[in-house]
Amino acid sequence: MALLEIRDVVMRLGETPVLNHLTMEFWAGHVHALVGPNGAGKSTLANTIMGLFGYTAFEGDIVYDGESLKGVPVDERARRGITLAWQEPARFQGLPVHKYIRAGAKDPSDDRVDQALLKVGLDPRTYRDRACDRTLSGGERKRVEIAALLAMEPRVVLMDEPDSGIDIQAINHIFDAIQFFKQNGATVILITHSLPVLQQAEHAFLLCNGRLRDKGPISKIENYFAENCIMCATPNEPEKRQGAWQ
Amino acid sequence: MAMTLVDQHDIDAIWQSIGMAGHKHEDDVVKITVSGNRVIGAHLLPGVEVDADEKPDGVAVNFRILDEAFIAKPIQLCFGVMPETGMQHIELNLNIGENSRASVVAHCTFPNAVDVVHRMDAAINVGRGACYSYFERHVHGPAGGVTVVPKAKIHLGADARFKTEFELIKGRVGVMDIDYEAECEAGSVIELIARIIGAGDDRVKINETAHLRGERSRAFLQSYLALKHDAFAEVYNTVTAHADGAKGHVDCKEIVQGRAVARAVPMVDVRHPGAHVTHEAAIGSVDSKQLQTLLARGLDEEAATDLIIEGMLG
Repeated sequence: MALLEIRDVVMRLGETPVLNHLTMEFWAGHVHALVGPNGAGKSTLANTIMGLFGYTAFEGDIVYDGESLKGVPVDERARRGITLAWQEPARFQGLPVHKYIRAGAKDPSDDRVDQALLKVGLDPRTYRDRACDRTLSGGERKRVEIAALLAMEPRVVLMDEPDSGIDIQAINHIFDAIQFFKQNGATVILITHSLPVLQQAEHAFLLCNGRLRDKGPISKIENYFAENCIMCATPNEPEKRQGAWQ
Repeated sequence: MAMTLVDQHDIDAIWQSIGMAGHKHEDDVVKITVSGNRVIGAHLLPGVEVDADEKPDGVAVNFRILDEAFIAKPIQLCFGVMPETGMQHIELNLNIGENSRASVVAHCTFPNAVDVVHRMDAAINVGRGACYSYFERHVHGPAGGVTVVPKAKIHLGADARFKTEFELIKGRVGVMDIDYEAECEAGSVIELIARIIGAGDDRVKINETAHLRGERSRAFLQSYLALKHDAFAEVYNTVTAHADGAKGHVDCKEIVQGRAVARAVPMVDVRHPGAHVTHEAAIGSVDSKQLQTLLARGLDEEAATDLIIEGMLG
C-alpha cells in the first residue's frame, strides 16, 4: 500500500496548470525519483506535498498514511513525518549547526546530533558549533541539511537536487543517507537531473509541463537522460506539443 | 576606593541574578561589583587601578588600565539594582593605557525592576596601540520597568582597537536610549555592536556615531534588533570619514512582528575621496525561506521565529 498518494492533483498559477491531473503513488521503504526538464513541475509537486506557503490551493487530493493532507499546515505535516530538503538550503545567520539539527531532531541529544553529522562526513568537533550561515560552503550547508533530516527520522523525505553543490567525495555520504532512509522504512522522493542520483532510486516518474509522461523502473526512465527526452521534442512548449502527447 | 562593607550574601545575590550563582573567586580575575550606589566588592590586579566614589544616586568610577599592561582574563563588572525601584548613575572615566590589552564583561542586572533608572555617562580613552573590548550584557525582568541611558564619548588613539557589544536578549527592555560617539585617529578600529530584543511597549533608541578622523581608520556599526507586540525602535547610525583610506560600514537589521515598529536611519558622510563607507539596513518579518525550513522540521511558527532571532542575536 502506498504511504503517499497524489490523486488527480491540479495546481494553477493564474490560468496555467503547473500540475496537471497528476496521479502518483509513493511506497514506504522505497526510493523514487522525479525527473523532467526545468519547469516540468517537479519542485512544485514537492512544495505542494510539503504544504509550503503558496502551494496549498489545488484540486484533487494528497493522501498520506490514509489521511488527506488538505488543510494540514506545513509544521503539522512535518510533525507527522514529512520533510523537505531544498535545492538551496536557507542560511541562518549565527545559528550553530548543532542547534539547527537539534531543532527538528526526534532525539535531540548531543550524541544523535554528532551521529547525524558523521553520517554526512562532517566531523562534529569541527562543525557542531559553526554557524549555519554563509560561512559554510554550499556543499557543507547541503550536508548539514541532510544531517538535520537524518536526525529528524522522517517517514517521507523530499530531496530537491540532493547532489547540487556537492563534491565527488561527499556525494557518497549523500547516497549513503538516501539508502539509510530507505532501510529505515522511509519513503524517499528525489528530484534530480543527475543520472547518478537517479540510479539511487528504484522507481521514477517523468514529468513534463505538469503532466506525468511516464513512470516505471529507472531502467526505463533513464532513457530520458540518455536520449534527451526522446519522448518529447518540444518540452515546455504545450502549444507545439498538442497531438504529440495528448 | 570607597567601598561599602556588606555581607557576602549581597554580592552572591547580585551574581546569582545573572545566572552566575556560585561564581568562584579567582585570584587572576579582576572583579568589581556595584549595587545601587555602593561598590560592594572589588578584586584588582597589577595593571588595573580603580577609584570609586559613592554618590547619592550612583557611583563615580575612574578605571585605568596602565600602559603596556596585559590583562589576560576578562575583567568582570557587575552593576545591579536589586530592589523594585531605584536610580543608578554610573559616571565612568575609563582610560586604557598605550599598548595595553584588556577586555571587560559587564553584567547589568535589574531582575526585579518596576521603576529603575540606570544611567551611564562614560568618557573612554583608548590609548595608542591599545586593544580593548567591552561586552555589556543586560539582564532585565519580565516586566521591563527599567530606563537604561548609556552615553559614551570615546576617543581612540592611533592604531588603537575598541570593540563594544551591547546585548539585551533576556527580559524586557523597558526604555533604552543608547548614545555613543567616537573619534578615531589614524589606523584605529572601532566596532559598535548592539543586539536587542524588544517586546510589550518597550522603547529603544540607538544613536551611534563614529568619526574617522585619521588615515586608515575603520569603523563597523552593527545594530540587530527583534521587536514584537507594541515595541518601538529607532536606530541612527552614522559614520563620517575625513581621511584617506578610512573605511566604514553601517549594518542594521530589525525583525518586526505584531504591531511593533522599527525605524533605521543609516547615515554616511564622506569628506575625503580616498575614503569608503557603505551601509545596509533591512527591516521586516523573518525570512520566509528560513521560516518554512524550520516549519518543515516540525517547529511551530513561534518556535521557528524564536530560533531565527536567537541565531541572529546570539
